[in-house]
Amino acid sequence: MQLNLILLLGALLFSAGLFVVLTKKNAIMVLIGIELMLNAANLNLVAFSRFDPQALQGQIFSLFVITLAAAEAAIALAIVVKVYRYFNTTDLDQINELKG
Amino acid sequence: MELEALVFYFFLGLTGLSVIFIAITKNILYSAFSLILTFIGVAGLFIFMGAEFLAVTQILVYVGGILILLVFGIMLTQRLKGDHIKTGRYQWIFGFLISAGFFVILTTSIFKGAFEGLPWIDQEYSQEVELKSFGLSLMTDYVLAFEVIGVLLLIALIGAVRIAGNARKEGPDAT
Repeated sequence: MQLNLILLLGALLFSAGLFVVLTKKNAIMVLIGIELMLNAANLNLVAFSRFDPQALQGQIFSLFVITLAAAEAAIALAIVVKVYRYFNTTDLDQINELKG
Repeated sequence: MELEALVFYFFLGLTGLSVIFIAITKNILYSAFSLILTFIGVAGLFIFMGAEFLAVTQILVYVGGILILLVFGIMLTQRLKGDHIKTGRYQWIFGFLISAGFFVILTTSIFKGAFEGLPWIDQEYSQEVELKSFGLSLMTDYVLAFEVIGVLLLIALIGAVRIAGNARKEGPDAT
């Protein structure tokens, strides 16, 4: 496997995640974009960890990233469901009140 | 072309194509299902990079957990009337310019950095990462971070149940 191809794929994943976060209106699509960006970081960490003889720091760090992504998805979806019950929409442009 | 390279390029293409499809589609459910393909492709690439444990964890946590949560979230937050669930988009020209510019910056820096020529990067180096050494270093060198991340996950899950539960009042008079 080529290292540069993996790094390019990581860059593509991060840029696509950034595009999704910036342009989509639905809150769940923004969550999907954040997951893509976390995956791009994981890809780079694991790619460089392969050349690390015994320490495995990259793999262990990306294990922590996966755990944090799970926690983040759980919290964010709970907030999205709650916001939908209050505002009746998940359109991020229309959720602009702090206390209604 | 030998089989191993073929499988590697298959996973590479699968990840890239499904990620581009997520970026351009308007249907939320399609993008959630396309995210499955992305995660499976990344898991396959993890196996090629000698991280079998991470590949299995990726499939378990992402495909088995986060995606189910996402699909539940989509179902709970849309009025399902039988038509497609669409998402609008705004500022897509600026968003495309920013993300494409970022991609160009990353690509040029990857090629200029020439990571494949660094002295500690040995392309022929193909050691088998044993699961035993992975578990040992997780339980010795990184045990504090491991415990902290476990407690944080517990707190996050309790907080998610607390936020989404029915214990709090809804409406304008909510405290």
